[in-house]
Amino acid sequence: MTIERREKRQGAALVAPALLWTLVFFAVPFAGMAIMSLAHLEGREIVQGFDLGNYLRIFTDPSFRRGIFVSLEITLTVTVISVLLAWPLAWIIATRVPERWRRMALLIAVLPFWTSYVVRSYSWALVLGEKGVVNNALIGLGLLSEPIQIMATRAATVTGFVHFFVMLLTLTIYSNLIQLSPNYARAAMDLGASRWQVIRLVILPLTLPGVMTGAFLTFVLCIGDYITPQILGGNNELSLPQLIMMQLGRRGDYPMASALSVVLMAIVTLAYAASARWLKMERL
Amino acid sequence: MFKQSYAVVALAVGFAPALQAEDLNALIWCDHADAELLRPFEEAHGVRVNVKEYEGTAAGLTLLEQSRPGDWDVMVIDAVDVGRAVERGLLAPLPEGTAPLDSYFPEVQLKDHVTVDGTVYAAVEKFGYNTIAYNKAAVDPADMGSLDALWSGKYDGRIAIYDYYLPVLGLVGLQAGVDTSDLDAAALEGLRTPLMSLKSASKQVSDVVGSQTALATGEVDILIGGGEWLTAVLNAENPDLDWTIPEEGGLLWAQSLAIVEGTEKPELAAEFVKYVLSPEGQARLATSSCYWGMPANKAAGDVLSDEQKAVLRWDDQAEYLKRAQLYPVPDGDTDAAMQDLWTDMLQN
Repeated sequence: MTIERREKRQGAALVAPALLWTLVFFAVPFAGMAIMSLAHLEGREIVQGFDLGNYLRIFTDPSFRRGIFVSLEITLTVTVISVLLAWPLAWIIATRVPERWRRMALLIAVLPFWTSYVVRSYSWALVLGEKGVVNNALIGLGLLSEPIQIMATRAATVTGFVHFFVMLLTLTIYSNLIQLSPNYARAAMDLGASRWQVIRLVILPLTLPGVMTGAFLTFVLCIGDYITPQILGGNNELSLPQLIMMQLGRRGDYPMASALSVVLMAIVTLAYAASARWLKMERL
Repeated sequence: MFKQSYAVVALAVGFAPALQAEDLNALIWCDHADAELLRPFEEAHGVRVNVKEYEGTAAGLTLLEQSRPGDWDVMVIDAVDVGRAVERGLLAPLPEGTAPLDSYFPEVQLKDHVTVDGTVYAAVEKFGYNTIAYNKAAVDPADMGSLDALWSGKYDGRIAIYDYYLPVLGLVGLQAGVDTSDLDAAALEGLRTPLMSLKSASKQVSDVVGSQTALATGEVDILIGGGEWLTAVLNAENPDLDWTIPEEGGLLWAQSLAIVEGTEKPELAAEFVKYVLSPEGQARLATSSCYWGMPANKAAGDVLSDEQKAVLRWDDQAEYLKRAQLYPVPDGDTDAAMQDLWTDMLQN
């Protein structure tokens, strides 16, 4: 056996567990779900077959179509706001915080990760409620005469999401920032660039892989999340995961739930395709 | 092929219950997860009761169908849905004499629903009402005497809707003068406008925990679809949270307990049903930490304290039961139409 062949076999052996894992826990269930999405419900019975009716309905029924738009609107809003907040935060931690305090600053930034996702969402429900901290503060400052509705709105859902994803993005952007040599900034300044130009023309483009990776992870996690819109959104509009849960829980319409899940997967795949050229996970 | 692949998935996500010989596996609603309810049975029989909560009959029946015979021993199920489960061959006949029907509230025996072709498959264990729950410190209790108050404009933005289409559509029907037994596809279309008006007047549509939180924090003052099952557990913290059955009526919910077909421990399962239906079991179930509700067995009144009975409105039950109507029992197509209407309401 040649060395090359032996190395190939060793490589295959090393990759095999991961491949097997993906096959058993992703490919097979996904194939099952895709097949199920082609079945349909007659009365309360699932009838197997090759029926595109569920997909047709998703794109023609206003309620389902709106679910797609609601999910996309919330996800894009959250992703943009999170990036805008996380980049300066990561930059400050990486460049302005003294090195001995950086670990502490990062720890504080990711502290909310330590609490349960559900508990965090219900905490936001209390903060954003009519008698919550936000309304009380605004009334106390004389900016409001009576409480406004924040809870059970899209704004509450976006707030809950942004709180979570700013932490995630801060980490991905920070890990990208600290890998940049300070010589890039020094060279630019030697050539006459202002501090703002250094950030805009040198640092920002170089952190694009970290930003895009974080933004993609935010997009994927946000668009598939059920808990936050369910708790904070007040069910006043339904996102795709909420529509999926609705089909599963009370209706028992597994074919429609599967079709909606396939559509969700397709959206994530499109998002990946759109951002693939910037995604460099190995840099993180 | 489907069953095999889904069995693999079910195992992977932990749907399958523990399979120890001394265990009783119960598919339940959250009130049965209370240790105060389960411990006396476990100690008396030297067994462990493993519970899995589920929400919605469809989800429960799917869980049973994806499990192997013998995986589950007992199941809590909406009394009006027992026929659906029997139709699919998922429930075993209940041994004669398991339910002490002689001491039941007669209105909640629901023999028509728990009996199929002359065979009894389940016993009602707990009941209550989906009606109006409210904060009497924030609304005029006299207004709550009629469902019309919710459409009057006076309480716009102060209302939450309980996120369960069957009872709320039933209540919207009662307001529109449609009995729950007449709620078919044709009648349903007539409820679209009042349902959408109710949504416009409401602040949120929420599940049990969300509804409790909204009422407890003052986020809303009225919950349509609520009742004693929602306010009783909050009574100690806020006695102003109350409920009533308006003049148009309310909806009677009734949960039942059944033995699952294929159980390998039918005697133990029957013992569990007997325990839950005993006065002591009924009192513990009625005051479960998850939610309260009236025990089907009147003998539980000897075990419950006066304070507990006051919260449950024990003495008013005769009057309430007269005014309450059963949940709508839609066929498959009407059920789908109801859920489509509900989805439209949520999404618009």
